[in-house]
Amino acid sequence: MSRLDIKHGVIEMGHGSGGRSSATLIDEIFVCHFDNEFLNQGNDQAAFNVPAGRMVISTDGHVITPLFFPGGDIGSLSVHGTINDVTMSGAKPLYLSASFILEEGFPLSELETIVISMAKASKDAGVPVVTGDTKVVERGKGDGVFITTTGIGVVPEGINISGDQAKPGDAIIVSGSIGDHGIAILSSREGLQFDTTIQSDSAALHKLVAEMVAVTPEVHCLRDPTRGGLATTLNELARQSHVGISLVETSIPIKAEVKGACELLGLDPLYIANEGKLVCIVAGEDAEQLLAVMRQHKLGQNAAIIGHVTEDQHHMVIMQTAFGGKRVVDWLAGEQLPRIC
Amino acid sequence: MKYVDEFRDGDTARALAKRIKEEADPERDYRLMEFCGGHTHAIFRFGIADLMPDNIRFIHGPGCPVCVLPAGRIEAAIRLVEEKNIILCTYADLMRVPAGKRDSLQKAKARGADIRMIYSPTDALVLARENPNREVAFLAIGFETTTPPTAAAINIAQAEGLKNFSVFCNHVETPAAMMHILSAGETKIDGILGPSHVSTIIGSNAYADCCDRYGVPLVIAGFEPLDVIQSVLMLVRQINAGLAVVENQYTRAVSTTGNQKAKALMNELFEQRPLFEWRGLGVLPESAVQIRSAFSDFDSEKRFEIKEIVAADIKGCICPAVLRGMNNPDECKLFGTACTPEDPKGACMVSSEGACAAYYSYGRHLNTKATT
Repeated sequence: MSRLDIKHGVIEMGHGSGGRSSATLIDEIFVCHFDNEFLNQGNDQAAFNVPAGRMVISTDGHVITPLFFPGGDIGSLSVHGTINDVTMSGAKPLYLSASFILEEGFPLSELETIVISMAKASKDAGVPVVTGDTKVVERGKGDGVFITTTGIGVVPEGINISGDQAKPGDAIIVSGSIGDHGIAILSSREGLQFDTTIQSDSAALHKLVAEMVAVTPEVHCLRDPTRGGLATTLNELARQSHVGISLVETSIPIKAEVKGACELLGLDPLYIANEGKLVCIVAGEDAEQLLAVMRQHKLGQNAAIIGHVTEDQHHMVIMQTAFGGKRVVDWLAGEQLPRIC
Repeated sequence: MKYVDEFRDGDTARALAKRIKEEADPERDYRLMEFCGGHTHAIFRFGIADLMPDNIRFIHGPGCPVCVLPAGRIEAAIRLVEEKNIILCTYADLMRVPAGKRDSLQKAKARGADIRMIYSPTDALVLARENPNREVAFLAIGFETTTPPTAAAINIAQAEGLKNFSVFCNHVETPAAMMHILSAGETKIDGILGPSHVSTIIGSNAYADCCDRYGVPLVIAGFEPLDVIQSVLMLVRQINAGLAVVENQYTRAVSTTGNQKAKALMNELFEQRPLFEWRGLGVLPESAVQIRSAFSDFDSEKRFEIKEIVAADIKGCICPAVLRGMNNPDECKLFGTACTPEDPKGACMVSSEGACAAYYSYGRHLNTKATT
C-alpha cells in the first residue's frame, strides 16, 4: 500500500471511499496515533467488559472556527467536551468513539496535528478512542473538519446527580474563572484578531469530579457551562429544578483580561463559553468542605461559591450587582453579538 | 480592570445615591430621559434604578441606532442584496432587526443572500479589495459616533480608486431627534441625561439650543454606572435650582466643541437630508445625513437606484411610543409574550441597547407580569 504524503498531501474523495486509500488514511493517521488494543483490532466496533452500575452515554459534535486557537484545537476540544458531558452525571468516563467528516482538500498535515492533539488529550485523560468513522465531503461542503465524539461511562453507586435536584438553600459553586475559552476563540477569529494572553480553558474535568463526589456523594447538580456560558447554564438548572437562583456578582471569578476584552467588544462574560469549568449545586452545609476539596485540584484552584438557590415560581436568575443593585441574568438570546457603540 | 472598576465602585455609588435621596425634593417627581441606549443598558445592567428614590424615574429615549432604523430601510437593504447579488456588510446587531413581513437580514442570509457581519467600515473595504468582481455595499447606521468611520471609509475608497464599494447611508443626527421629542411634548421630561459617545464628536455646545428653547436641563453623562448616578445628582440640583443649562459630567472625553477633525470629515462627505424616517418618531426634517453628490459613486442609493419603501409597523407593537418616552416597555401587550429577545417583533427588543430588551433581560424582576 502506498504511504500517505502527510507533509504535502490533502484529503481526496478517495480517502472516504472505503477502499484502499481509506485504509491507508485510517492506519497512518488514526490508528497510529490513537494506538490502543481496541482500535488496533481493526473491527468496525469495539467490544469491552463493563463494570456493574448505571451507564452514561453522551455525544457532542464539534464544528469550531478556527480549528486551532490559543490553548487548544478542535481535536483536544472534542475529547474534553465529551468527557465532561459524561462526567457531569458523576460518572467515570471509560471510552470514546470519534467520527470525522473531512472536507476534500483539507491538508493531511493539519489533520495529523489535530489527531495527535486528540490522542494526547485522550491519553492524558485515560479515556481511549476505541472506535471511529471517517467520511469525506466535496470541497465547499464542509468546513475543513467536523468531529463528533461519543463517550460512555459508569456512575459509581450512591450517586444521583441531575439538573433537577437543586433545592432552595443549596450553594452554587463554579470551579474557576469564566469566559476564557470564548475569548480565546474570538481573539483568533478572522476579522477580529486582537492580542491577548488568554488561553482556552479546555480541559477534562473527570478527575476533579471524582475527587468531589468521593467527599460529597450528595452533590445535587453538575453542569459544564459551555455554549451560552454561566448565565445560560444557571437558567437551565433553575428551570429544570423549578427554583430561582440568586448570584453575587463580586464573587464570580473572571480574569481581568477577559473582562477587558468583553468591555471592548460589548459582550457579557456571563454568556461566554467555557470548556474546562463546571457549576456545582450542593446542600449549603456541604459547600465549604466541597470547595476546599475543589481548591486542592489544579482545575479547581480558583473555585468559588457564587450564590445560592432560592424559591421562585418564575425560575429567574437574579444577580446582586457589584454596584449594589439587582438585575435579571437571562438566557442567551440568539447569538451574542458585539454591540455597535 | 483599571479605568473601568473605578467607575463601578459600589461604595461610591451608595454614597452618591444617598446624596440624591437627601437632595431630591420628596414633594415632586423627577422624570429624567436617558437619551442613549447605552445609558438604558447601564441603568438596567448595574441595577441603578434600585438605588434611586421612588420619585426619580428614568424615561427611555430613542438613542439606540438599531431601534430607530425603520423597517422599510431594512427591507430595501434585503432587496438590494437579493436582487443585485451584491455582498452586503453590516454591523452585527442589525442582523435580527425585523423588516416588514417577518423578514430580517438574518433570514435573508439563511436564504442565501451574501450578508457579512463586520466590526468596522474598513472591514468592508477589505472585502471590496478581495472581491474586485463583486459589488460590496456597507449598510451604514448610527448616530454621530459611527458617521466619521463611514466617512473615512469612503475617503479611503476614493483615494484607492475602489470601484466596487458603496455605502447605503442611514446615519442620523442626535440633536434633531432630541428637539423633536421636546417639541412634541407628548411626555413630561424634567431633565435629560445627554449622550456620551456622540458628544465626544459633536461637543457639549450642540445641545445649548435644546436647553434654551425648551427650558430643560441636560447633563452629558458617561456610560459607566457612576457616571450615570453622578449625572442624576447634577440634574436633580439643576432642577431644584430651576436651571436649564448644558452641563458636562463626562469631561474626561467630551469638550465644548467636540472632535474638530471628525466633524470636518463628516462635513466634507455628508450633507443634511431634507427628510428621513425614524422608527417611532416618524419622518423628521433635517435629522439625517446623505452622501454629498461629489461622492455619489460611493452612494448605494444612487448607484443601485434604491427606492424608498414604507413598511407597516408591527400590529400591537408600541415601540414607537417607547422610543418617544411615552410608555414603558412592559405596558406593551406583546412584551414578554409574543415579543422576546429570541423572537423580537419590535426593534426595541433586538439590540441590547433597546429599552424593551434591557427591560426584559435585566429588569424583569421589577415586574413579574412579564415572566414566562
